Amino acid sequence: MAKLNTNSNTYTILYAAGIVIVVAFLLAFVSSALKPTQDANVAIDKKQQILASLNLRNVEKTETEAKFAEVIQQDMIYDVASTDVLDEGKSESKDQAGFKVESKEFAAKRPFYIATVDGATKYVIPVTGAGLWGGIWGYIALDDDCETVFGTYFSHESETAGLGARITEDWFQTSFAGKKLHAADDASVIALSVVKKGKEGNMSPDNYVNGVTGATLTSNGVNDMIQKCLGAYQDILAQYKK
Amino acid sequence: MSTLFSKANRQVFTNPLNLDNPITVQILGICSALAVTSQLKPAIVMGLSVTVITAFANVIISLIRKTIPNRIRIIVQLVVVAALVTIVSNILKAYVYDVSVQLSVYVGLIITNCILMGRLEAFAMQNGPWESFLDGIGNGLGYAVILIIVGFVREILGFGTILGLQIIPDSWLLDNGGGYLHNGMMTMPAMALILLACVIWAHRAYNKEIK
Repeated sequence: MAKLNTNSNTYTILYAAGIVIVVAFLLAFVSSALKPTQDANVAIDKKQQILASLNLRNVEKTETEAKFAEVIQQDMIYDVASTDVLDEGKSESKDQAGFKVESKEFAAKRPFYIATVDGATKYVIPVTGAGLWGGIWGYIALDDDCETVFGTYFSHESETAGLGARITEDWFQTSFAGKKLHAADDASVIALSVVKKGKEGNMSPDNYVNGVTGATLTSNGVNDMIQKCLGAYQDILAQYKK
Repeated sequence: MSTLFSKANRQVFTNPLNLDNPITVQILGICSALAVTSQLKPAIVMGLSVTVITAFANVIISLIRKTIPNRIRIIVQLVVVAALVTIVSNILKAYVYDVSVQLSVYVGLIITNCILMGRLEAFAMQNGPWESFLDGIGNGLGYAVILIIVGFVREILGFGTILGLQIIPDSWLLDNGGGYLHNGMMTMPAMALILLACVIWAHRAYNKEIK
């Protein structure tokens, strides 16, 4: 067999085309073969996140479904412009409503979860915003006075490990517990803030937590996310307030 | 079997750990060494991921090295690496979801790691699959060792923890009446560059034969 001229134009073009086709098929195959498993993982992860905001952390993967069904009573969808209920949430005919709303739909629908933890009613609100490098999101659980934070959960797409990514750590998330949404003298705006250590000014200790050292921009992102997203739920919270 | 671990092959594996270390001697992969070393855990995971991917990319390129047209060899190398990383990231997402969440962007970052392209171009294009495999493992581990050293120093001085476990007690801190303050500089990438320079300095001072 004559030695193949690997430098000819024809060979180069055919080789490039060949390798691209092989790789494309391989990737398409891997991606479609693994898609259902990945989607199931994503759904379980989301349930774990919501449970984590209710201070039910580290629920085993296999127990997540059952725990979620037990704790979450309703996942409703509210209209954005009014307090009209678009979907009452789970019923006999279906088991998910608000849970299926993706964050990109938040402009049109407001998901709202009602949960029962140890006999007490809690409300969970999903929040999304922007960190330093990419998106951040989380869930804020409130006591039934719609004022006191019961627990939080935050996660991120691509914040720096060891800095911004520390918003996923328990110490940061649990530091919100017991904080109040509003300042004592002003119920119209959300006062709950994330502030840099030493910049608290004359804020009431009930209204702020300290940000992550070295990750001011991510901390500011969490701050803006909380104030903007919770601010958008003020009318719903007013209805549930006890 | 004796040739598998011949002296030359052993050197292929051990050289990158010390005398030909990818970071301190070849000065490859600096960017990720700065980005992921603010704590020890991501540094370890990144080191291991790069080791595995370098080894397999080396083997694949070495197997097809005689068929690759010279003019597009870099593109072919890149396609192989990118495909490999995408497959690994998909598998992680499907079977060890927690790990893939933890790694987040790092898996993608592996594609841009200079060590991979550097080893493919400098070694796998000229050598057989087995030698290339050893070279990949060796270089990956050489990279991991430096990452772990830098990550260790940065985590203990910057946060007072090792792998998330508290080492420096809270009562030492200035806030709590002690005389100690975490070095916030350590959490910044700039400090990683300075630490890395110190490691290179120490390494070269110790090994006189490195030019």
